[in-house]
Parts: sequence; structure tokens; C-alpha cells
Amino acid sequence: MAARSSAHSPTGMTGWFANQVANLGQFAMDWVAGVGDVAVFAIQTIGWIFARRQRRDVLLPNFYQIGVMSLPVVALTGLFIGMVLAVQSYAQFKALGLQTRLGSVINLSLVRELGPVLAATMLAGRVGSAMAAELGTMRVTEQIDALESMGANPIYYLVVPRFLGCLILIPSLTVMADFMGVLGGYFYSHVLLGIDYHHYWANSREYVDVFDFLLGIFKTLFFGAAIALVSCHHGFHCEPGAEGVGRAATNAFVHSFVLILILDLFLGIWLNNVHDFFRPEGPRKLL
Amino acid sequence: MPAAAPAKPRRLDEPAGPLLRVESLHVRFGSQEVLRDISIDLEPGRTLVVLGESGCGKTVLLKSMIGLIRPTAGDVQFEGQSLAGLNDRSLAHLRTRYGFVFQGAALFDSLTILDNIAFPLREHTRIADTEIRSIVASLLDEVGLPRSVLSKKPVQLSGGMRKRAGLARALALDPQIVLYDEPTTGLDPIMSDVINELILRVRERPQVTSVVVTHDMHTARKVADRVIMLYPVFRLRPDEPQIVFDGTVEELGRSRDPRISQFVEGRAGARLMELREEQARDNGAPVESAADALTDAATDADEGEADA
Repeated sequence: MAARSSAHSPTGMTGWFANQVANLGQFAMDWVAGVGDVAVFAIQTIGWIFARRQRRDVLLPNFYQIGVMSLPVVALTGLFIGMVLAVQSYAQFKALGLQTRLGSVINLSLVRELGPVLAATMLAGRVGSAMAAELGTMRVTEQIDALESMGANPIYYLVVPRFLGCLILIPSLTVMADFMGVLGGYFYSHVLLGIDYHHYWANSREYVDVFDFLLGIFKTLFFGAAIALVSCHHGFHCEPGAEGVGRAATNAFVHSFVLILILDLFLGIWLNNVHDFFRPEGPRKLL
Repeated sequence: MPAAAPAKPRRLDEPAGPLLRVESLHVRFGSQEVLRDISIDLEPGRTLVVLGESGCGKTVLLKSMIGLIRPTAGDVQFEGQSLAGLNDRSLAHLRTRYGFVFQGAALFDSLTILDNIAFPLREHTRIADTEIRSIVASLLDEVGLPRSVLSKKPVQLSGGMRKRAGLARALALDPQIVLYDEPTTGLDPIMSDVINELILRVRERPQVTSVVVTHDMHTARKVADRVIMLYPVFRLRPDEPQIVFDGTVEELGRSRDPRISQFVEGRAGARLMELREEQARDNGAPVESAADALTDAATDADEGEADA
């Protein structure tokens, strides 16, 4: 049997190359099918937001888990990132005699990039993987089938509240990360490095405006939606067993994180164009 | 085909045709064929028991009956209405006429027992909460659970209590058909019999039709009006039907088909040799030690049985 199959299949370099092409083709097909599946899942989720009134008793526990329970870890992350930025930037700025400009670079980095991305990353790690694990366990223990068997829609009951929770609460979490980061940066710069507080804040005010802050917040809406959809999708399509649930939780975080970075890049490019449109004079020079 | 058990007298308000019709049902997951050409007509008020060894497709058949699994080919009809032709909303509405008792009860972990049992009532009716509480209390009485469980979470209950709570939830909307997936699996013999008694009690409700998927012969003997037995597709010849038996439980006991008699009597028999061959095939070479151990165990068991 083996001899017969080898007679029909290409061997050597040609065979290896054919196999690589076949594997690549299979990977591309799986990838396209996966993206299509998530897209359909997203459309169904958005459809159910408007199709039926949301139940308060279902929404609030999810909002509590996503928002309130994530607040301490997001605040802590923001605080330390603010301080780390001060630590890393100080030497360079001091060499140029521009220590008082430290506030502008710390706060601009925080509100435009680090606050939103780190808040989203913490949400993906804390909430996204937990959602995938919870829904995965529900899939494995047939609780999702039970919902369907009772004529209830699992997307309406399980995905929509989590999606809305991530979408609505991630801006608040980002504000908290920004605030704590600004506080951390100021604490380290003023208290430990001795930078004059007046110049620190005056420079910050000059270089960071509301647009930068809103730009960061706007991006998080996309991050929140991506985290909820990717994590819930992984939970819904969880493979059986403890290993399947574990894999769903891990993949939920990894895929959400990669998607956050990709979205951040493209949103950054697009929003810079928007910025240039409204402010043709361009950004103020930091140095 | 053997004659079915004597039918109950038909009530005037009963539909003339079968309540549920499974027609040439095929289910395939990727390259794996699970169900092949299954056809069943289920009369109202009857209890059908689906027997078969693990992995033969019993649960897939049960889930296909309620539209949780879409067939690759063929059709499932409820009162003449094809499930495949229904949109999501109509299918959800139709499912309110079903009750489904899952193997592990499938109660929602995050909800109390009260909220679990009340779930279908809150989802599909506008009954006031006080009345829902009294309906839930009467359902608890029906399945023999104390009121003290109402405020508990499923994880705080034993396996038998969870199964009974799952049955109470399945009965909440007064279904026309109740589907049981392995209702006695994982329970001690006494609790298994309690569940069997509950299945019988549910059957006494007017117009309730039941489908019980099990590999427990005690359950089959106790509750079945009609029994069908499925055989795994991968062990069938291409032209063989997957339903290897359709008849009453008495006829099942008299069957001379070794596939059936082995199952009824709980003997491994030739299956051990098949396992050995499968093992050798999978490993590419015979795995003597494990297979021999299996065969020895079977021989010992058969000899012990003969001595007795």
C-alpha cells in the first residue's frame, strides 16, 4: 500500500515543494475560514444588540466583572508605566538639559499609546481569557446546548453582555490607566528626580491636548470590541476537555493581543491623518 | 421487522401522524460518518429507548431531533414540520415544546436552582414572579427535591439532585416531548431507579412523548415502549443499516443477533478481538501484552459465568 502511494506522489525536492505549497494553501484556507467565522459571529452579536432589549440582571454582573474587578490591576499597571517612562527618559533629557520637558513626553506617550494599549492588554489577559474559559466550560458541559434547547439564543445571553461590557467600560479603564500613569510619572519626576512641578505641568499642558486624549480613548472602543469577540468566539468553539478549555483561554489572550497591536498600528496611521486634516500646521515639536 | 408494543388508545386531540419523524438522517463530522440513514417515526405518548454502545451516535441522534445538530442529509419533522425549513426564531419557538435532560444536567453554574428552573418560564412567558416561584416549587415536588435547594448553586448539589433539577427545568414549559440523554449515567443504582421512576411519572403526564438515550439495560427494561439499537457506523458493512434492532424490550431479550445479545447481557465477547485488531492497526504492529491481557480477562469472565 505504501509502495503504491509513493508511486503516485511526487518525491524528492519536487515532493517537498509540493507539500509546502499544499500546507500553505491549507493554512490560507483555514485562516480565511476562521476570519469569516469571526466576522459572522460579530454580525450576529451586533444584530442581537438591537434585536432585543438587554436585560439588566444579565448585563450588570458582566459589567461588574469586566469593569469594577479590572480597575485595580489597570490602575496599578498605569501607575508603574508612568514611573518607568520617567526612569527611562530622564537620562536622555538631562543630557540635553531638557528635564522639564519630561512631563510632555511621559504624558503624550501615556494618553496616545501606552494607556490605551496597556489597559486593553490587561483587559485581554484578565477578562478575555476568563471569558473564553467560562464559555468554553459552558460549551463542554453542554450549558450552551441547554440554552439553545430551551429556545434561548446563546449569543444574546452570553456574548452580547460581555461585548457591551468590554465596549462601554474599556474607555473608563483607559481613563484610569492614563490618570494613574500621569500620577506615577509626576511622582517619580517631581518627588524622586526633583523636577520643578510648575515646568513639568506647563510643558505637559503645552504638548498634550484633548485631541490626543480622545484619540487614545477612541482606539480603545475597537480594542474592547476585538477582545470580546475574539474571546467569546474561542469560548464558543472550544474543543472538549480541560485541555480544550485551557487552549481556548490561551488563544483568546494571544489572538486578542495580536489584534490589539494590529488595530493600534492601523488606527494610529488613520488617526494621524485625521489629526493632520484638523490641524494642518502639524504637531508641536517636542524638542 | 418485529411488531411494536401495543399502542395506547389514541385521544381525539392527538395528531393523526407521528409526533416526530426522522427521515433518512445522515450526520457526518468532517470525514467521520456518525449516523447513516436513520428513519424513525415516533407516535405521541410513547417512550422510545435508543440503545447502543458508547460512540455509536445516540446523543448525536437526540440532538438532531431538536435541531442542535444539523443533519448532513435527511430530515427531522415535528408534527410534519421540517426543522431544517425553520428560521432561528421559529426553531426557538418550536423548542419550547421540547424538554431536554442533559447527561450532566447542564444547569447554569452562575444561577441558583430557582433561576435555573425558572429560566424557560422567564424566557418564554409573562408569568409574574410569584407565580413562577410556585410553579418551580411544584416542579421540585414532582422530581422529589426539597425546597431548600432553591437558593443553592448547582455545584452545591449531588449528581442525582442535579439530574432531578435538570428534569424539573425540562418540564417547566409543560413539553410535548422530553428527550433524555443518558439519564442514569454516573448515578448509584438506587438513584438510577429514582430517575427511572421519574421518567415513568413524566410519561403519565397527558400527551408526553419520551426519547431516552441510554446504555443502561435496567432503564430500558423499565421505561421502554419501544427500543431501537444503534451500531457504530465504522463497524458496519457499507450496505448494513445502522439500526440493528427495532421492537419491544421483550423482543430485544430474545434476539439471536450476537451484536444485540452481547450488549443486553453485557459481555465483551468478540469485541475484545476487534479492540486488539484496532490497537495493532493503530500502532502499526501487534501490541501483544495489552491485548492479551484484555483477551485473558474476557476468557476468565466467560469461564466464571459458565461456572456460575
